[in-house]
Amino acid sequence: MRVGYGERISLYFIYFVLFLLIIVTLYPLLHVIFASFSNPNEIIAHRGLMWKPLGFNLEAYKMVFTNPSVYIGYRNTLFIVVVGVSLNLLITALGAYVLSRKNVMWNNFFMMMITFTMFFSGGLVPLYLVVKGVGLSNTLWSTILPFAVSTFNLIIMRTSFKSVPDSLEESAKIDGANHFVILFRIIVPLSLPVLAVMGLYYAVEKWNGWFYASIFIQDHNLFPLQIFLREILILSSTDTITSGAAVGEQVQIGATIKYATIVVATFPILCVYPFIQRFFVKGVMIGALKG
Amino acid sequence: MNKATFSGRLFRDFITNKYLYLMMLPVVAYYAVFQYAPMYGVLIAFKDYSPLKGIMGSPWAGLEHFKAFFDSYYFLRVLKNTVIISVYSLLFEFPAPILLALMINEVRSRRYRNLVQTVTYMPYFISMIVIAGLIRDFTDSGGVVNTLYSYFGGDGTSMLQQSGLFRPLYILSEIWQKIGWESIIYLAALMAIDQEQYEAARIDGAGRLKQMWYVTLPGILPTIVILFILRMGNLLNVGFEKIILLYNPVIYDKADVISSFVYRKGLLEFSWSYSTAVGVFNSLINLTLLVLANWISKRVSNNSLW
Repeated sequence: MRVGYGERISLYFIYFVLFLLIIVTLYPLLHVIFASFSNPNEIIAHRGLMWKPLGFNLEAYKMVFTNPSVYIGYRNTLFIVVVGVSLNLLITALGAYVLSRKNVMWNNFFMMMITFTMFFSGGLVPLYLVVKGVGLSNTLWSTILPFAVSTFNLIIMRTSFKSVPDSLEESAKIDGANHFVILFRIIVPLSLPVLAVMGLYYAVEKWNGWFYASIFIQDHNLFPLQIFLREILILSSTDTITSGAAVGEQVQIGATIKYATIVVATFPILCVYPFIQRFFVKGVMIGALKG
Repeated sequence: MNKATFSGRLFRDFITNKYLYLMMLPVVAYYAVFQYAPMYGVLIAFKDYSPLKGIMGSPWAGLEHFKAFFDSYYFLRVLKNTVIISVYSLLFEFPAPILLALMINEVRSRRYRNLVQTVTYMPYFISMIVIAGLIRDFTDSGGVVNTLYSYFGGDGTSMLQQSGLFRPLYILSEIWQKIGWESIIYLAALMAIDQEQYEAARIDGAGRLKQMWYVTLPGILPTIVILFILRMGNLLNVGFEKIILLYNPVIYDKADVISSFVYRKGLLEFSWSYSTAVGVFNSLINLTLLVLANWISKRVSNNSLW
């Protein structure tokens, strides 16, 4: 194809703009990584952009890795992610299966009640009162159970279950399979791609979730990673991590510790995401087609 | 045929579908406890709720809390801030991913395309805490963004302490966070455009710009319209998560929105009933806006959500 002069210039322009976008997106991350390895004194004195670590210092990482808070946070976050995702997929699958059956007396009613929650909800304070009322506050379950089903996912999964050919279930039924066998042996394996996408979405949401933990959980031993991050980044308190150091040093090391903590808390997800992003792209498509 | 009574039908359904009832149990329990019980809890907006007396035992207050909100100095402030932030993001953040998708579409090199996409998706995977933490750090006096800003007339004091800067910072960081992720849906719509249309346009002598204008844009217009409707329906729905991580009393006059106000009044100052009333007001407006936007779009372009 022949490309005209003007068009070539506009093409170069586009390449350039996209290049700038890449830099702007990546820079904050690089800044954090460079700063985390830097000498704290130089970080405090430094102004403006940073294109390489200023000096080299692993003190911040030592502090972070010898700090029990980080392990507690990781442990709680892992619990929330693993249990939360499993429970969410299980309950959503059960509901989607029942709602995808024909000739079940309550299904139309249930669908109406469920869809309604997408348009109107009780709101923050009533939810807070309910979670407190059922005794979940100050437990990890407070970040899991109130979000055990996502209505949107339930409806998508139901549509996906409906598309499984009836003939497969019929033959299983003739062999004497009950509903649980049909769901877990036939329908779930056939809908695995959809389930995987939903699980991944939900896992990222759980990994990064902080708000409900911040209002429901007060016990430090139950803090997920993000809440420790909040203490360090938003409430600017590095006391829990620097408690071993002398007062003067605390301020200095505090300057690099927040960066090192960000790296430690964000590194796993940044390592994984390039490999799983295509599933997420698929998720956007599923949502777009059915939503 | 005999018309069975309701209880008779229920009994028969229960016998034949007993496993289904068992499977549905956790789902029903979830919706009852965590969706419908809070809806029932909305009643406290019309009461003077105190935890000791419970929802039923608390005395009725009628529309008192709604009135108190409408009469208060906060009403106009949070409403104005919410609308302004929403309209700004509609003007600046909404078109950004469309532009990005159009640009990515022009890139011929597959590897460069993938690089741009992978990099711009990244912020989606980073937690709000980290993003807010970075915004705070970078805009603080001595931070990167603050230093760059001082070359253009900034006075070097923390940017989040200056209420005039909150909205630009909020919108710009929104674009940074979302541009890549939100472009996915437009890219998908772009892929679906029939290649023959481009061919036909080319034969008619259309250059790339004209192809973009006459083929690409009409091709993704339905997607744009649908997402626009959703946005309109959420006009008064500025999320509080990022705002409460960024704001402080000094900039409440520009940064405090309805949802952050609900959070602060309800969960930090324990005005349960008042805060719920504000939340109910917000939900009702949102619902109205969504229905309205959908109706308009149906009239104008035949695209609608339902």
